[in-house]
Amino acid sequence: MNPAMNSALNSGMAPVATPWFFYALAGLAVASGVAVITRRNAVHSALALIVTLLSVAGLYLMLYAPFVAGVQIIVYAGGIMVLFLFVIMLVNIERSSKDRQFNRMWPVGLAAACALLALFTSVIVKGKALFPDRMIPLAEGSNTQEIAKALYGDAGRMGEYTFAFEIASLLLLVAILGAVIMTKKKI
Amino acid sequence: MVPITTLHYLVVAAALFVLGMIGVLTRRNVVIVLMSIELILNAVNLNLVAFSRMWGNLHGQLFAIFIVVDAAAEAAVGLGILIAFFRNKETINVDEIDLLKW
Repeated sequence: MNPAMNSALNSGMAPVATPWFFYALAGLAVASGVAVITRRNAVHSALALIVTLLSVAGLYLMLYAPFVAGVQIIVYAGGIMVLFLFVIMLVNIERSSKDRQFNRMWPVGLAAACALLALFTSVIVKGKALFPDRMIPLAEGSNTQEIAKALYGDAGRMGEYTFAFEIASLLLLVAILGAVIMTKKKI
Repeated sequence: MVPITTLHYLVVAAALFVLGMIGVLTRRNVVIVLMSIELILNAVNLNLVAFSRMWGNLHGQLFAIFIVVDAAAEAAVGLGILIAFFRNKETINVDEIDLLKW
């Protein structure tokens, strides 16, 4: 075992989570993120977004969050992206893929995004000392149970997030009604 | 090789967020604008889960799950509006969606 591996173990990382995995997943996520915003064909963008979502799910696994990783794959890559692909096939992509892809104000948008990137960079560089090197390990085996306790409550008592969970169900109900009414023939 | 810390995840999330913002501000295709919003939400989720790991509690992960719920609701309503708009105007170009512009 090399010294880098040893220090990785000492800083609370599991042996499977080698830095190479992180760099591969992060590079894949960013590269396909670039593909999402540059492709001419919207279907290619959607497929690139699926790759991004899956690599972010891999990063969640490296962060000891298996339940969030599963939700990411099932809800995002499985549900939301299918919705996107259906809508892309319903609307006419031949015509929109032929004309100009970027709007006339794109230099302004790019400048604003670069300003935001500069802000993020300065925050990360200046605030480096605030983030501890050592991460506190989470119990991976009971992750789903702990999330369920916070969401649904434990032993008859309401959990910390039970009320927020109910509000989220209301939000989903409103979203269903909105989607159904929006797609009716006569509004 | 340096061990992976919270900072590494923050850098990845910042890159994804900026990519999503470029997509929202510059693309003309509404579907791709909505996909860029999903990129932004994913960047935020990655930050939340990384901080959850940093502090050793589950609040960040719970918040990430709520944001996924929110993203699903947003995608459903946004794509519904998009279909209604396409039926009326036969276009999905952001520049031509200007009925509310004064």
